[in-house]
Parts: sequence; structure tokens; C-alpha cells
Amino acid sequence: MIQTEGLRFAYPTYPEVLRGIDLTVSDGEFVAIMGENGAGKTTLVKTFNGLLLPTAGRVKVDDVDTRESSVARLSKDVGLVFQNPDHQLFSETVREELAFSLRNFGYSEDTIERRVATILETLDLTRYAESSPFVLSGGERKRVALAAVLVWNPKHIILDEPTIGQDYQQKDRLRNFIVQLNAQGKTVIIITHDVEFVAECRPRIVLLSKGLVIGDAPAEDLLSDEQLLEKASLTRPQIGALMHQLRDFGLSNHMIDVYSAEQAILQALGRRT
Amino acid sequence: MMDPRAKFIMTIGIFSVALLFSNIYALIIILLIQLPIVHAARTWKKWAGSMRAGVLLAVLIFVMNFVFGSTLVFSAAMTLRFVALMSAFSIFFMTTSPDDLGLALEQVHVPYTLSFTFTTAVRLVPTMALDAQTVIDAQRSRGLELDKGNFMKRIRNYIPILIPLIVSAIRRSIELAEALESRGFGASPNRQPLIVLKMKATDYVAVALTVLGAALAVYVYLYVPLPTPNVPITMPKIFPWF
Repeated sequence: MIQTEGLRFAYPTYPEVLRGIDLTVSDGEFVAIMGENGAGKTTLVKTFNGLLLPTAGRVKVDDVDTRESSVARLSKDVGLVFQNPDHQLFSETVREELAFSLRNFGYSEDTIERRVATILETLDLTRYAESSPFVLSGGERKRVALAAVLVWNPKHIILDEPTIGQDYQQKDRLRNFIVQLNAQGKTVIIITHDVEFVAECRPRIVLLSKGLVIGDAPAEDLLSDEQLLEKASLTRPQIGALMHQLRDFGLSNHMIDVYSAEQAILQALGRRT
Repeated sequence: MMDPRAKFIMTIGIFSVALLFSNIYALIIILLIQLPIVHAARTWKKWAGSMRAGVLLAVLIFVMNFVFGSTLVFSAAMTLRFVALMSAFSIFFMTTSPDDLGLALEQVHVPYTLSFTFTTAVRLVPTMALDAQTVIDAQRSRGLELDKGNFMKRIRNYIPILIPLIVSAIRRSIELAEALESRGFGASPNRQPLIVLKMKATDYVAVALTVLGAALAVYVYLYVPLPTPNVPITMPKIFPWF
């Protein structure tokens, strides 16, 4: 469980970025953090593994105050995947890149080999195992960065803008993968601007604006709330917009994903599936 | 506001004289004459900041000199030389914006591509610092503990920080070059500067003083024997091969 109580944070000499956040993410939850640029999303998740310590208030990870632990210790449970893979890839081969964190955490060479092989397979990277991470395409580098965190099997996984630079098929795969992780009982937190992506996996959405939580609800509620979306510089997902247009035909405008919309439209057309 | 060219001549003057002397009294004087300049530039705070940043290196220079057989006085003199050089360049860079510097380079007929490269490099420093912090954060999130292990291990700990930083700097510069070229960089060979630098009276005085001071320094160096304080303390030779 990740819990913040009255969390405030300010970088030295800048105005406060987080201005009092109370948030609880239970084990096994799937949460999307959304909000305009500069709302404090990345800053917020950096407090979850102790990279940033609150200037006021508290952050607790599985009941441990982040102030009383270390980044290395917290990271073992809270895997944070940064937005730009170029900020972390440095090894000569993808295999070495993935082994780096395991070495830091002191796993045995046997375990390292096994875990790296498994994660390479899972993320469809085996054929790049001996390539340099720098020759891979942007999307592939992003996957290596993801693998580099998943490899130590953290309990809570945080992804900062995972969909940027991914084509539609990769996005689909990524979504399935995230849903799977979540189904395995992992806590998954994603930061994203991508309403379409969120609409299809329907997590709980935490909406940030100017350092405060202004909305916290299931995706289908939040993404059909016109006022909130406006406030956070978001738009409805396309399916949501379509259903909104069709509301006069007695359809609920509360739907955001293709599957439920299809069901509702077929029903309205008088057909059974 | 002084002409950046005049300031540059002053800096080079101090730089050369500091390299000329290894006498401790001379170096103290070279350091002291910079203090009124710091005062006139009203930049005490920043100056103190950059001096503090150099403390570690200064200590290292002192210890290294002393350990490898220099006298106490000579080690102190070498440290002072470093401090004097650093102070001179700090004053220059703290009082000269990258834009002024670019203008100055251009108007002493340094090719525009070169002066542009230089000013861009200076301007990218804050961005790089930001990048460095992100890289450190990312690697710490992967269990890297920078201050763990013995001396060699600690140095090696920085490899995962340096490589991404260098790679992203190279990537950025390639992107920048492409963006510049697609916006017609270098299309017309004759650039017409909007601001033409002009030396004012104070600038001429500063340059004159610099030249005079340097000439005096050379004279003293050649003809005036300078005293050296006699503190005959050296390290016992622990490295006889040096």
C-alpha cells in the first residue's frame, strides 16, 4: 500500500509543486495519474520511492515512512520506470542492462541469468539480448527500460508516460501487459496524458491540477465529467465523445471503451449479441 | 557594463601573470587585486559560491604537491595559483552573458559557426545539469547507491550516470544541428549584427591597466628577486621514485 498524508513538496527556490496530497493506493490497484503539464505528476511518484522526501506531510510504503528508509531499499518494492529511456540506458548489451539492478540488489549470478532470460522473453526482447541498447529504436529502448525495472519483480510498479513513442500495436501490447501485471496482483500506477489508452483499460483515475488532487474516480466516471476534464486540460476519449453525441437516443454517455459502447449500441438497435 | 572584449583581455592578463609566477607573495597579490574587481562587479555572493565549489580541488592540489615532495610554501603557492585562476575565470563568466560572449567572439572575427557553438555549449549547461539529476534519480531507482563501496567502486558508480548523460548530450546536439540546418543556419555568409560592440573610456582604461600591470609583472619576474618565506617543512619521502 502506498499512502500519502498531507504531502507537500517544493524544490528549493521554486514555488510548491505538491500542495497537500492525501492519497491511498491499495495493493493490487490499477491507478492512472493524469493532469496538465506541470501538475506535479512526476514529482508525486518520485516521492513514492523516496527519491524526493516530503517538505511536509508523509509518504508511507507498506506502512514504512519513506523518510526512515533509503531509495535503494524502497525501490526493491516500488519499481519506477522513467519517461525517457535515454536517461538510464548505459550498458554494452541489453542483457547487461537488465542485470544491472539485480547486481545492485545483490542477487546471485544464477538468479540474475534466469530472471534476465525470463524478462527478455516476456517483453519480446530476446533477439536483442546481445545488442547495444543504443542501436535500438525509441520504442524498443522504452521496452528495455521497462524490462530493466520489471526484472527484479517489484510489488508496486510505476510507469511514467509509458505510451509515448509507441505505435498502436505496441500500445495494445503494452496495455495487455499492464493489465496482466495487474491481474497477477501487482499495484500498477501509470502517469499518462493518453485518454484513449486509459479509456481502454479503465483504471481508477487520480486527476492532479496545480499540485492538488481535483478528481479521484473510476475512469468511466471521471472521463465523462465535462467540468473536471476542462479543468485538467483533458478531452473525452473518442468513444466517450461519440456516446455523448448519441445521448439523445437514450444511450448512456457514461461509456468510454469500445466493448461497452458496442454492447450499448447493439442493444439500442434492438439486436442481441 | 563593460565591453566583453575588455573583460576578456583582463582575464587573459591575470591568467598569464598567474602562470608566470610560482612565488607565493606574487600569487597572493594576484589574488588580492581581483577582490576590488569582484566588489565593483557586485558579485560577491556568486563569486563566493564558485570559490566554495573549488575548495575540494584546491585541497587536492595542495595535498598532492605536498605528498609528492614539494615544500609547504610551494604547495601553498600552487594552490593559490589555482584559486587565482579560478577566481579570474569566475569573474569573467559571472559578469558576461553567453550572448555578450558570442557578440564579442563574432566581432573579433571568430567564424560565426565557432562562436555559435561556443555560446550554445555555455547555454546548455543548465539543461545538462537538469538531465544529470534525472539520470541520477533513474539509476538510484534501479538500486544504485552512489556513496557505497571503496574509493574505486565509488568512482565506478558514476559510469551509469556519465554514459546516459554523454549519450543524451550527443543525441541532443545532433537534433539541434538538424533543426538549425532546416532553419537555414549559415545560409547567408555575411551576417549583419544588430548590436555593434563599442569600447568605452572605462574599457580602454581597463585594457591599459591590464597591459601596464602585465608589463610590470614581466619586469619584476625578470629583474626583481622575490623573497620566499623559509618554512623548511617537507613530507618525508614516502615515494622515493618521485
